Amino acid sequence: MGKSPLLSVTGLSARVADEEIDILRGVDLAIRPGETHAIMGPNGSGKSTLAKVVAGHPTYETTGGSVALRGEDLLEMEPDERSQAGVFMAFQYPIAIPGVSIANFLRTALQARLEDGEELDLFDFQELLMERMELLEMDPAFAQRPVNDGFSGGEKKRNEILQMAVLKPALALMDETDSGLDIDALRVVAHGVNRLREENPEMAVLLITHYQRILNHVIPDVVHVMYRGRIVESGGPEVAMELEARGYEEYRKAHVA
Amino acid sequence: MPSNEVIQGLGLDDYKFGFVTDSEPVFRTRPGLDADIVRQISARKDEPEWMLKRRLKALKIYEAKPMPKWGGDLSELQETLDQTYFYVKPQEQMERSWDDVPDSIKETFERLGIPEAERKILAGVGAQYDSEMVYHSLKEEWEAKGVIFDSIEDGLKNHPELFRKHFGTVIPAADNKFAALNSAVWSGGSFVYIPPGVRLDTPLQAYFRVNQERLGQFERTLIIAGEGSRAHYIEGCTAPVYSTDSFHSGVIEIVVERDAYFRYTTIQNWSNNMYNLVTQRALVRQGAHMEWLDGNLGSKLTMKYPSCYLMGEGAHGDILSIAYAGDGQHQDTGGKVIHVAPNTSSSIVSKSISKGTGRSSYRGLCKVYDGATNAKSNVECDALLINETSRTDTFPYIEIDERSASIGHEATVSKVGDEQLFYLMSRGMDEAEAMALIVRGFIEPIAKELPLEYAVELNRLIELEMEGSVG
Ligand SMILES: Nc1ncnc2c1ncn2[C@@H]1O[C@H](COP(=O)(O)OP(=O)(O)OP(=O)(O)O)[C@@H](O)[C@H]1O
Ligand SMILES: [Mg+2]
Repeated sequence: MGKSPLLSVTGLSARVADEEIDILRGVDLAIRPGETHAIMGPNGSGKSTLAKVVAGHPTYETTGGSVALRGEDLLEMEPDERSQAGVFMAFQYPIAIPGVSIANFLRTALQARLEDGEELDLFDFQELLMERMELLEMDPAFAQRPVNDGFSGGEKKRNEILQMAVLKPALALMDETDSGLDIDALRVVAHGVNRLREENPEMAVLLITHYQRILNHVIPDVVHVMYRGRIVESGGPEVAMELEARGYEEYRKAHVA
Repeated sequence: MPSNEVIQGLGLDDYKFGFVTDSEPVFRTRPGLDADIVRQISARKDEPEWMLKRRLKALKIYEAKPMPKWGGDLSELQETLDQTYFYVKPQEQMERSWDDVPDSIKETFERLGIPEAERKILAGVGAQYDSEMVYHSLKEEWEAKGVIFDSIEDGLKNHPELFRKHFGTVIPAADNKFAALNSAVWSGGSFVYIPPGVRLDTPLQAYFRVNQERLGQFERTLIIAGEGSRAHYIEGCTAPVYSTDSFHSGVIEIVVERDAYFRYTTIQNWSNNMYNLVTQRALVRQGAHMEWLDGNLGSKLTMKYPSCYLMGEGAHGDILSIAYAGDGQHQDTGGKVIHVAPNTSSSIVSKSISKGTGRSSYRGLCKVYDGATNAKSNVECDALLINETSRTDTFPYIEIDERSASIGHEATVSKVGDEQLFYLMSRGMDEAEAMALIVRGFIEPIAKELPLEYAVELNRLIELEMEGSVG
């Protein structure tokens, strides 16, 4: 493990702006290029908050610690700058943008990455989009639908992964992408993520999940357990197996004690 | 309108704005309005006696009618009117110097990528338009089909009977104070006649009327779509129309004869000092179909409610409108549908965007007369607020004298939310780009009805506007 971390989170605490209580209470996490980490933990433990703070959601303010991407302070950057630096978050609850087609949306996102005066080549874009949709076994007509507007839960999740596949991030934060996917869709999405990892072996993944199942397809290097705003345990894939069997009871007891 | 590619291909940066002012004396009436000025206007145009009489009668009506108390704030309008030149000879109107055009407007043209020739027309300083060639071939095609597409002045001169038969029948001078004013001092505008059964694939664009009187302050347009005909007329452009005038009051009259289809599209972006008070109305006969597609940007106050009078059985009217109110602007817009005959149907879709201290109001009327059995009407108005200071309201008036009518009304107000902005920004767009994309999505149902080049310009304009909306 000679590589220096792609993402390093140290002593991170954060809360909803203007609120009194920290949701994250000292999170430490380092992900090196090419690694896949999973975070599990009970509802409300702060998993989504962690992902959103890393992505720059304006609702939260950090009250301590640091977040760096390739050694660069992420907390100083706007969400769009973080995105352009290589951060991508697949949302747990993606929001609808009425009247804006997926194709238009992604074209705008790619155009935003170019220098002023540079124009995205529309044929290249179309080709990339179609190829990525095929990878995720999506109907090309889907690209014309307005983003997340009236989508089923599974369609929303798949759309998040499509965006990720088009934008090719260095760091993918996947927040419960597996929830709401049927068994086949889960396999397709996992296959897509694995393909992206093959294409870019340096890509790091932080996968938030409640279920061990997806980890059979996207095999993690490290599994973390988050409890009440802290990472309380880290280990190999076996941690997920154990959690599946035992639940979070022991952390609850430890917390009370 | 040139396409996007054409605009880009012109290498705008190479242009120099070396426009020389013509020093010929300008003819215009003195400021303010009275019968003598109306006579001067009519004499300048060499009009028949009946038109002069009409004008003078309209002036009396105008003087007798009080300022409207509803709509926007018109309390300072009288002052503006007292200083207005009610007639400026169009030729001279064109010869304003490019140097007089404010830098902000020039910059907008530049950033919109509008070619120099067109910029000058938009700014009222040039008379020549690139697409003269295109126009000529179209013109031949139209003439062969018997289509008349003239300035309103030439319409009166060359087609006196047709003109007199319809002029003022859709919107009589007594309709409202500003219709009366326009009827007294009108100048410029189009006269269009589509013979029965004639179908035009290419829209008639007001821009094509080169070297003729341009859209003036008191433009008057009269359109007759003959039985079973089909056509589309486009007026305006999304680039800001620079004008030293601070008052614009047009009247657009359209007759859609039996089983005809007619669409009238306007996109206008006035400078911010302008009162824009326009009356536009269509009489829709049996089985005919009228569509208004109306976009209003800029101005200080716009009051504009395109209307469809559904006079014949089975007539149908659609009104689609977009209003954009920026800082300090008030867009009081909407539509009116009047159901006079049985089995008539109508729909109004109105979308407004308010930014900064901008205010947009939807004002609509749906009236169903007794005997207009099975009339159907549906109104949908959606408002999008960009900032906390932005404002919107709706004033839907519904008057139903017929039991079998079915009327739907739906109104929504949405704010650009933090969650939406964050979602887009997390994909790499900056705040202004994200905002512009949300706004574009919001108006998409209407923008998709526009000819491509207009939609492109509208989108770009919104992008520019949104750049100013973020701190
Ligand atoms: N915007 C917010 N406003 C108020 N409370 C919030 C907000 N965001 C998070 N919280 C609170 O912070 C805590 C952690 O929330 P978070 O969404 O991070 O949990 P999670 O671990 O992702 O849970 P789940 O597994 O249910 O998705 C919860 O108690 C939640 O109610
Ligand atoms: Mg969560």
